[in-house]
Amino acid sequence: MLRLPRFGVVTPSTVDEVLALLSEHGKDARLLAGGTDLVPNLKHRIEEPKLLVSLVRLSQLAGIRCLDDGSLEIGGMSKLFDIATDEAVRRQAPALAAAAACVASPQIRNMATLGGNVLLDTRCRYINQTHFWRKSLGFCLKKDGTLCHVVAGGKKCVAAASSDTVPALMTLGAKVKLVSTEGSRELAVDALYKNDGIKHVVVRPDELLVSVIVPAQAKGHRGAYEKLRDRGAIDFPELGLAVRLDVQDDCVTDVDIAVTALQARPKRVTRVADLMVGKAASGAAFKDAAERVAERAFTQCHPMPNVPGDSDYRQEMVRVLCRRALFAAAGQN
Amino acid sequence: MGARDKHGAHPPWDDEFKVVGKPARKVDGLAKATGEAVYTDDIVLPGMLHAKTLRSPHPHARIKRIDTSRALAIPGVHAVITGTDLPIRYGVLPWTQDENALAVDKVRFIGDPVAAVAAVDEDTAEDALLAIDVEYEILEPHYDPVESMQAKAPLIHEDRKSNVSKHVLLEFGEVDKALEGADVVLDEVYEFHGTTHAPMEPHCAVARMGADGVLTVWSSTQITHYVHRTLAQVLELPEQMVRVIQPCLGGGFGGKSDPFSFELCVAKLSMVTGRPVKMLYTREEVFYTHRGRHPMHMRFRTGATRDGKLLGVDAKIIIDGGSYSSFGLVTTYYSGQLLAGPYELGALRFDSTRVFTNKPPCGPKRGHGAVQPRFAFEVQLDELCVRLGIDPIEQRRRAALSDQAETLNGQRITSNGFLQCLQAVERASGWTKRRGTLPYGRGLGVAGSSYISGTNYPVYPNEMPQAGIMLKADRSGLITAFTGGNDIGQGSSTVVRMLVAEELGLPLEHVRVVAADTDLCPVDLGAYSSRVTFMVGNATLDACRKLRAQVVAAVAEAWEVEPERVRMAFGSVTDKKDPARQMSVKEAFRVAEVKFDTLGATGSYNTPKLGGEYRGGTIGASPAYSYTAHVAEVSVDVETGRIHCDRIWVAHDCGRAINPTLVAGQMDGSAYMGAAEVVMEHHQVDERGLHLGPSLLDYRIPTSMDVPELSSLIVESVDPEGPYGAKEAGEGPLHPALPAIANAVYDAVGIRLRALPFTPAKVLAALRALEAEQKTAQIGAE
Repeated sequence: MLRLPRFGVVTPSTVDEVLALLSEHGKDARLLAGGTDLVPNLKHRIEEPKLLVSLVRLSQLAGIRCLDDGSLEIGGMSKLFDIATDEAVRRQAPALAAAAACVASPQIRNMATLGGNVLLDTRCRYINQTHFWRKSLGFCLKKDGTLCHVVAGGKKCVAAASSDTVPALMTLGAKVKLVSTEGSRELAVDALYKNDGIKHVVVRPDELLVSVIVPAQAKGHRGAYEKLRDRGAIDFPELGLAVRLDVQDDCVTDVDIAVTALQARPKRVTRVADLMVGKAASGAAFKDAAERVAERAFTQCHPMPNVPGDSDYRQEMVRVLCRRALFAAAGQN
Repeated sequence: MGARDKHGAHPPWDDEFKVVGKPARKVDGLAKATGEAVYTDDIVLPGMLHAKTLRSPHPHARIKRIDTSRALAIPGVHAVITGTDLPIRYGVLPWTQDENALAVDKVRFIGDPVAAVAAVDEDTAEDALLAIDVEYEILEPHYDPVESMQAKAPLIHEDRKSNVSKHVLLEFGEVDKALEGADVVLDEVYEFHGTTHAPMEPHCAVARMGADGVLTVWSSTQITHYVHRTLAQVLELPEQMVRVIQPCLGGGFGGKSDPFSFELCVAKLSMVTGRPVKMLYTREEVFYTHRGRHPMHMRFRTGATRDGKLLGVDAKIIIDGGSYSSFGLVTTYYSGQLLAGPYELGALRFDSTRVFTNKPPCGPKRGHGAVQPRFAFEVQLDELCVRLGIDPIEQRRRAALSDQAETLNGQRITSNGFLQCLQAVERASGWTKRRGTLPYGRGLGVAGSSYISGTNYPVYPNEMPQAGIMLKADRSGLITAFTGGNDIGQGSSTVVRMLVAEELGLPLEHVRVVAADTDLCPVDLGAYSSRVTFMVGNATLDACRKLRAQVVAAVAEAWEVEPERVRMAFGSVTDKKDPARQMSVKEAFRVAEVKFDTLGATGSYNTPKLGGEYRGGTIGASPAYSYTAHVAEVSVDVETGRIHCDRIWVAHDCGRAINPTLVAGQMDGSAYMGAAEVVMEHHQVDERGLHLGPSLLDYRIPTSMDVPELSSLIVESVDPEGPYGAKEAGEGPLHPALPAIANAVYDAVGIRLRALPFTPAKVLAALRALEAEQKTAQIGAE
């Protein structure tokens, strides 16, 4: 078995204690939630923190609450399994439930948290490997090296955003609540990411993601998530695409599409509303609009050869996944 | 001498079996389910040190200098060894011993072992690895076998004349003439990509050099006997002073058949430090240790008459061997020798060349050497049927060998249930009604195969028994069987228990099996080439008959009746003529112990002389052949190009199912392992010599979501020489999975895929090419 590096672990029981520890240790500290991604990354020496600040005792950060304004507040420590199976989430944010349901396996979903998935590190076939493997490769930009093996001569890391839940949250207009000893702030999920595989989130090392807020959705809200992967479980997305479709009286009133596993930042597909809003949500008209939306998504999405799966093939699949997600959201099969 | 005796296929008492043919729990089933089972890594000895291996980061390099002083200076580090500490070369086959436990002079792939460290714990051992300084001189690597074959110095093995590992050219009949006279000749190239075993348990060994001078090694091996021999050879110890034990094993599939570096390193480190030493491989190291299925480039030409009679087969095969020989000599022979069944081929020629490359070494994986050419041939047979307009099951039925034939390369067939297998899958799949009526995107495909039940070719030539067993019976009523046969999860110890229970009339729980301990058990050649049920089973019957004769004689004497009147079953001994006269088997053992003193018997098995009278004629010559047919049903998603294997009907002729549950388990396991090799698994080494994803995340083995529905249809042809008629079931049922799926894809969407694996991108490209072709044809027609 691969060994973990040496590090300290603290298990605070209040948010204030967590924040004080983060403030004190800065970049030397790392939050440990479900650990399903952090632990392998530690074993691979992709991260080498001196101190893990475990959130295991912060049960107050788990749970799904319906707020008075109709929005959902989902604690950062909520398990993906609970999100995938929660009635309110399934009703109000079906794309999120669907995305959470196709992360890894039931065992992993029972450990993995929403906060962890939202802040999931970028992934690449050249980084998510053992230290020995990476050394044999000559290391890479993201850790220990100076070369990019995805883009010859590349100076910017293009490791892929790999969270399944993020595209769904983007289409839902979700926000994250971050706190630190300096105070708290809310940030749209959209504004959370940068196109840099090494530092792909704007969250500071002293901040804790307390919750994710999914605002109340329009009447007639529908959503779906489609994932490209080799197996029926376990695999990270080779492509992930979420759709929000608002429908009133069989007429599309709004549509939003976000895609992951392309580059370091998940991507919103732009200029899709004009192709679909005002069109029927069924029949040939919908089918026609869906084709055109899928084509637009295809031209805007450019997967890099960063994760398993042929990148040209992954780009082709943007069309298929987009069409399928739209049909699933519309309840057309 | 019972070695070559035939024991007959009949029940030993009365007309029916009491134990055989009925489901029975595995000897270690409950222990495994409850966590009680002791695997090698569970062994913890007082004062035990932990060892780690330093591996080469270069695919091909000369070692100029190794400095271990910094590592040795780390507190807690007890020893560091390098190639010079274990200079004697070894290899599973005596003719191709080209491995060192740790690299001497040069490294041949990324992951080749260079040094080993023993320390107080694994973390300290890892620290020490980082403190070993190795200076390399980089050499040009070779990855493509065709390129490597032509390459000049520096060669991968510099004592060889070239990078060719083995070449075999054999011809049976006149192939050129046969193809010239054929109405149809198909000529196509097929490719197998390379896969690995991925056993659940990583390799592990514990060694203890005792104060008494006895070296004991516990290892996760499939073959204790070859590990025993290799330890003695490389460590220069007398064989009498070495003991090898195989604890409970978490899967092998052929990947634990070679003697390995980790076994030699823990032994040497224990000798150096005077402490017990353990080494457990990481999952990544399991991928580098490999010995998986060889990539093969296969050009096949098959000639037939207009009505489908096969006239000749010509195969030219290039085999990518990776960096060492392993079982490669046998692989090269098997690539052609095992094509000779289950069909009458007319004539056969194969020209197979195994080539060294700077990649992890290939070796035997379930269905050794035969799965790849079977894929090529069975797809070509399907192409032939399309060309001639013949139903592919009917074609195979017409071409099938009879049950008393000798194949054109001199393999003796003693039983053959292939026709029943074809019929079983034809019926169960609804072939006749459903084929051709499924909607576009869904299809059915068929393929057949045959495989060996062991071979008469021990890896080192000798006349001694291939299987040996000892039985101890005493006044407690218990029989203990001591077998060198390795139970690697396939259930061989359970088979031994069932055979003893049947023969001595005991309930299963009164038979215990001690297996795979070279101090306690007689020599047996271990778990490979599907030999265990056949050979260990026959040795078991041999020993049982001797012991039984003593017990029966003693009881007959006590009852003053003819021995023929004594019957043993269900724990009781009865007088057949006077059923009221009874005693327990336990009582009978006491009576026998009085008459014959301490009770025990040995049994053994050796194959009769088999195989053709030519060089290599014994390789692939088996005392009995199993037969298999699959029908696969697939769905092809024409938008994503993804193939889903929905269902496989597997019919397998295992001679007789000693334990039908175990047989069905082997059939299921084989079929889905084969199916995964078509659409998922790929042991891939890139242009830098790096394994692309040596982990269970990146190497895609199927999850429970991906396994097809499996229907196991057991066919029993009752072999005259197998134990009660049994043959193998562990490997044969894999072979047809690959071509049956390929043929089903053709049936579903009309694309003929000849290069594995069938990735979605490849499927989409083929669908588009077909569409373009059809459009051109349409325009042409207009």
